[in-house]
Amino acid sequence: MLNAIIVMTALALVLGAALGYAAVHFKVEGNPLVEQIDAILPQTQCGQCGFPGCLPYAEAIAAGEAEINLCPPGGDEGARKLADLLGHEFKPLAAEHAVEKPRAVALIDEQTCIGCTLCIQACPVDAIVGSAKQMHTVISDLCTGCELCLPPCPVDCIIMEPLAETVSNWKWKYPVTAIRKVA
Amino acid sequence: MMANPLRARGGIKPAHHKTESSGQAIRRVPLPARLVVPLRQDSQGTARAIVAVGDKALKGQLIGVPEEARGTAVHAPTSGTVVGIGPYPVPHPSGLDALCVVIEPDGEERQIEHLRLDTARASRDELIAHLQHSGIVGLGGAVFPSHIKLGKGGVDTLVINGAECEPWITCDDRLMREQSGAVLSGARLLARLAGAQRVLIGIEDNKPQAIAAMREATREVVEREAESAVSVSVVSVPARYPAGDARQLIRALTGVEIPYGRRSDAFGIQCFNVGTAHAVHRALDHGEPLTSRIVTVTGNVERPGNYEVLLGTPANELLALCGVRPGTGHVLMGGPMMGFALPRPEVPVVKATNCLIATSQALFPPAEAEQPCIRCGNCARVCPTGLQPFELYWFSRARNLDRVADYHLFDCMECGCCAYVCPAHIPLVDYFRYAKDAIRGRDEERRAADRARARFEFRGFRIEREKAEKAARLAAKAAETRAAQAAAPDGQPDAQALIAAALSRAQAQNGAAAESPPLSPPPES
Repeated sequence: MLNAIIVMTALALVLGAALGYAAVHFKVEGNPLVEQIDAILPQTQCGQCGFPGCLPYAEAIAAGEAEINLCPPGGDEGARKLADLLGHEFKPLAAEHAVEKPRAVALIDEQTCIGCTLCIQACPVDAIVGSAKQMHTVISDLCTGCELCLPPCPVDCIIMEPLAETVSNWKWKYPVTAIRKVA
Repeated sequence: MMANPLRARGGIKPAHHKTESSGQAIRRVPLPARLVVPLRQDSQGTARAIVAVGDKALKGQLIGVPEEARGTAVHAPTSGTVVGIGPYPVPHPSGLDALCVVIEPDGEERQIEHLRLDTARASRDELIAHLQHSGIVGLGGAVFPSHIKLGKGGVDTLVINGAECEPWITCDDRLMREQSGAVLSGARLLARLAGAQRVLIGIEDNKPQAIAAMREATREVVEREAESAVSVSVVSVPARYPAGDARQLIRALTGVEIPYGRRSDAFGIQCFNVGTAHAVHRALDHGEPLTSRIVTVTGNVERPGNYEVLLGTPANELLALCGVRPGTGHVLMGGPMMGFALPRPEVPVVKATNCLIATSQALFPPAEAEQPCIRCGNCARVCPTGLQPFELYWFSRARNLDRVADYHLFDCMECGCCAYVCPAHIPLVDYFRYAKDAIRGRDEERRAADRARARFEFRGFRIEREKAEKAARLAAKAAETRAAQAAAPDGQPDAQALIAAALSRAQAQNGAAAESPPLSPPPES
């Protein structure tokens, strides 16, 4: 009886000490799930999900406060990946969160631009160069197509230019199987 | 010398169909009404046009300069007037248009003065740069710029690829028969530039005349220069598709297997096509840029054969010259195994065009309907790279991109052996091409997303930093005012001192503004 109490107490002390040590020294900073979710999100930082950027949306999903189908740039494909990661049921893109659009980049009409810098402040990835009263231009390689620069422009000189398919970025399509008539 | 005893893996032996076009000597093609020269002529990038509409150009004149160090130059194939620069249909499976320069020949064929290089004396770098400026790319079909392949050096074995394993194509065969001296001379130049001590010319054993011609040329050179630093041997390899793939040929000739993701020069081996060797000889020994190539025209035509064609010649004019028979369907560019159907008949001949085949129902019966895979394993038996095409097919079809990459999809060279033997008529290569492009696209998107995330995070950091800097500035200003107040004897700030302080601040700010105009601070979120 006494032996058992001593053994159990010793075990409890040793394990408790080990757990206490681990809790202090192997503490996980932040939520690893957030990072995994953030890696799936397309990083357009467009805010169409209602959160100010991809990371806040990832945090909201991880906390269970947001649905997984609010991201139009990620599309159904992204929602499917999130569903796989989180073990949720897949849901198609929410209707109020617009339709999937072909990838586009912003283009500033340089004749019309008055150099107000408002679009520069709105761009979440600093892809617009220019300064006060100087013409602005979009670095199209860095533009994520989030459209956040469209509303602030006072002269409506920014348009979204869909990315054209060229010989160098063309991709082979999924083979189409001919349907045979069997009867 | 026979091929290395290393047994070939997989492969198929389709009907050769070589004799249709290999009988006649290479013929020249009359000047077409207009030439459409694409500015993208290598696998690396599009050249920038340096001519304008209305300009006169001479044969061999530079019309496109490479935008970056990896690109190659583009030249006018004949003398004439530039009548258009813009998007025109090009031979590409997408059927999309690409930037081209259109030249209307004046029929005079006036040449530019050729830059004569003293090949014996010129430095290696000079010669390699000259190859780039002469637009020399791999003429086997991959159009990879030769100057990049030669750039690193450190090669001991140079493989010259005269295997020409695809059915129907005979342009390399004819070139070796008729221009063996020029091919050999180009091969020896390439060996010197690559630093190779031995040259192995691999030719399939179904081209005995080409082997004999190359051996004869080699013997002459050996007799002429007994003390040559480079040993050249012509090696006959068993005819088997795809023996002419660079990695397959290197394996057959040297026994070295190049793993995926590595280039052969890491193993001291470099491989060039015989057509490329010929072009190198023309460029270095004669100063001629690459403006024409040998094209096999065969299939459902009256006069199949090999033609020396100016780049930019419309394919339909070339075919018309050979007499297209009735019942011709689409036209294949490249061989029947790896080629593709021309999207439109008028696309121009480019540096990659080694062969044009007019198809007909009799010669190329339409593909039978795809049936379910029965996992017979025939595809795995013929795969020259030792892959399991049925597994690749399974996962490509299911769009399971991670798994298909695990099965070494990128080792696949799309030779088409698997689809050729498939009893279920599955277009396996189409699935693999789709999966490869989908994986590349996905990786590209991921890189773009990572870049965007990094920039977004930096922007947050920048805004915080600007806020902190502004707060520090305001605090310093407040402290200054308080100090001035305290310094004044009657507790009232000295007006003169305050004005002076404000002036100096304004000056400092103006100075800073002149150097770098600060962005106005972003709105508080």
